[in-house]
Amino acid sequence: MNSAFTGTGRLARLALRRDRVQLPVWILSTVALGAFARSALDTQYPTEADRLAVLRVAVDTPAVLMFRAAPTGTSTGEMTAFGILAFLAILAGFMSTLAVIRHTRQNEETGRAEMIGATAVGRHAGLTAALVVVVGANVVLGALIALTLVGAGEPAAGSLAAGAGVGAAGIAFAAVAAVAAQLTQSARAANGIAAAVVGASYLVRGVADAFGEVRPNGYTMTSAWPSWLSPIGWTMQMRPFAEGGNRWWVLALPLALLVVAVAAAFALAGRRDVGMGLLADRPGPGQASPALLSPLGLAWRLQRGTALGWGIAIGVFSLVLGSMANAVDDLVAENSGVTGTINDLAGGGAHAIMDAFFGAMMATIGALVAGYLVQALMRPRAEEAGTRAEPVLATATGRLTWLGGHIAVATAGAVAMLGLAAVAMALVYGLSVHDLGGQLAHLAGTAYLQLPAVLTLAGLAVALFGLVPRFAVGLTWFGFALSFVLGPYGALLGVPESLRELSPFSHTPAVPADATAAPIVVMSAIALVLGAAGLAWFRRRDLAT
Amino acid sequence: MTSAISVSALVKTFGRVRALDGLDLEVEAGEVHGFLGPNGSGKSTTIRVLLGLLRADSGAVSLLGGNPWRDAVTLHRRLAYVPGDVNLWPNLTGGEAIDLFGSLRGGLDRQRRDELIQRFQLDPSKRARTYSKGNRQKVAIVAAFASDVELYVLDEPTSGLDPLMEAAFQECVREVKGQGRTVLLSSHIFSEVEALCDRVSIIRQGRTVESGTLAQLRHLTRTSVSVETTLPITGLADLPGVHDVDATATHATFAVDTAELNNALAYLTQFDVRALSSAPPSLEELFLRHYGDELAGAVR
Repeated sequence: MNSAFTGTGRLARLALRRDRVQLPVWILSTVALGAFARSALDTQYPTEADRLAVLRVAVDTPAVLMFRAAPTGTSTGEMTAFGILAFLAILAGFMSTLAVIRHTRQNEETGRAEMIGATAVGRHAGLTAALVVVVGANVVLGALIALTLVGAGEPAAGSLAAGAGVGAAGIAFAAVAAVAAQLTQSARAANGIAAAVVGASYLVRGVADAFGEVRPNGYTMTSAWPSWLSPIGWTMQMRPFAEGGNRWWVLALPLALLVVAVAAAFALAGRRDVGMGLLADRPGPGQASPALLSPLGLAWRLQRGTALGWGIAIGVFSLVLGSMANAVDDLVAENSGVTGTINDLAGGGAHAIMDAFFGAMMATIGALVAGYLVQALMRPRAEEAGTRAEPVLATATGRLTWLGGHIAVATAGAVAMLGLAAVAMALVYGLSVHDLGGQLAHLAGTAYLQLPAVLTLAGLAVALFGLVPRFAVGLTWFGFALSFVLGPYGALLGVPESLRELSPFSHTPAVPADATAAPIVVMSAIALVLGAAGLAWFRRRDLAT
Repeated sequence: MTSAISVSALVKTFGRVRALDGLDLEVEAGEVHGFLGPNGSGKSTTIRVLLGLLRADSGAVSLLGGNPWRDAVTLHRRLAYVPGDVNLWPNLTGGEAIDLFGSLRGGLDRQRRDELIQRFQLDPSKRARTYSKGNRQKVAIVAAFASDVELYVLDEPTSGLDPLMEAAFQECVREVKGQGRTVLLSSHIFSEVEALCDRVSIIRQGRTVESGTLAQLRHLTRTSVSVETTLPITGLADLPGVHDVDATATHATFAVDTAELNNALAYLTQFDVRALSSAPPSLEELFLRHYGDELAGAVR
């Protein structure tokens, strides 16, 4: 048998072998997060009355709806879906897009696909094998989520709908990644396109839920129509556990997307050469501009794509948050219960409602900026492992200058992004309340309160790079994830106070009025010490590939 | 003669692997020094120590009179490096990479840069991700030879080049040698080393096994001889220093230690030599002799 799919089975086994650690870790940690959220519910909102109270407030609070979902009811199953399902769908999405690109475009970029293509495998075998593996991973993920929910005593049908919804979102994003892998020559760019689609899907779902319609009972909602444009919206539209929910027919949407996108990917793959993208490379300058010719200039050139991508995402997100602030402003007059919930989100205490709202939103911006900074600080490690650092360090460029250049560019980017967030929110909200200057000053203050915690994570990244280069990438992202599970999400997940103290974000004052010098000074000092230690360790160690 | 590179008893371990095990290397100023050894013998590790990218565990290392670890930045102004595996930034063009390396090294000669780009037929406006291995090497070679430095450290610089480009590379090495600069050339290409190098060091499993001029090293090895005689040849295999005899009655091929060549020829005259051809020992044979047992071990 010789078809375009010959060898798919072998390549799928190869992909499974390569991913034998990575995929199980993604799946198990996603399942664990879901199980944890479900069990936290029993201690946090043990009675029906508790849950009803929180939902009544939530439906009036766009910011909560944006980051949770449109609630469908007060049962523990419905509450679990409200609290965590969209987040699980994002994780399934990233697992799927990264895996598909890893086994398609990345193989082409490194030349592995060429060696494989010269053996007896069909033209479409690589992509098919990647999709088979990733669809399989999502089926396993969905099944395990369903099983843990059943194990927690939830109805079987709703548990299955919740698991299937998350798995289907992962499959939809795998299909998106299959197309993205055909468009660009580099795996980085393809990952960027696919990740942007996942992020946009979450955002569209969030806006649709925030502007959904509250049903007459006063605590459940129907999402606005844009929800149907987002694969994560589809997960929520299955309405697991809800009365009249468990809408299985919604699964037809991700499956239809899979069929259409895979057909498109095959058609695109048939029209291009191995290794090439559809978006062709143009010739560049034959000479370097003076701006490139320094360690700092090189660091900026290497990092600017990352910075631009995150900058645009954070800018757009801030504009959306600023416009939501108007809606919150209107609500305050009508409903005083909102204030309490928003204050909880902002880390407790009693504040003027808009202060609390912006504090909570800036914590999210802080998380995004920290994500950017951690990613940017992984660049030196990528340079070192790819042996591109070696010829540079064999010139008259000292190690401290080289690493310092990367740190300076990354940190300056983070500072600029916090400023950008403040300006974007202030423009939308400040202009509508006719107080641009005042709002700008206030929001900039709120935004820069995030900086010490963000820099603490940057210090951790530099220290790990200096001390354990081969493990730095994994450990740094683990530290990043942990600081969110323990920090901003800690309260919602019911993590004990003493553990939450470990996260720098637990020590970040929400609003300028709360700010005291101690945590800011201590976190800045920790960031500096970690960074300096990382530089010193890097200067003393061997280059490690 | 002062030495440009002086290494003695250099040891470098990675975990339990002893990559360099008491390596010695002397490179005199103004010479082209060949650095030979099979894959994994420690050539690149030695070069990385010389560049201050790795830290020596023990042993004395001096480069251009300085300490390569402590004085890295100062010393790097005076040398240019071409790695064996050139990896460039995919989104920078070749021209940008050349200018960047030149500038980080402390400046490059623009006219020389453009002339070298011509000579190596490199398109500097293409992005590095579209370059083949040979073209990436050209980028590193152009960047190195466009720099005004005392020492060139070249780690298998021509493994991806075609014969025309190989010739252009050899021309560059001869030019810088003519200007009195020093070259350390790690290579697998024997013809290249024979054509360019004044002296050679051969290493094996992290130790130096031979070092000297080509003439000195040749003396240590064997000449292949093919001879035809009128009378049947007898007793050839019993002569000292004669190996690998393959003889019919009046025709024989054998290898002889260069020191015993004269005795062997004198012995052969009694059989009335009608034709004789001999091949001088090539570097390749020298190399294979040192690693012959390793090859045999691999086959076994």
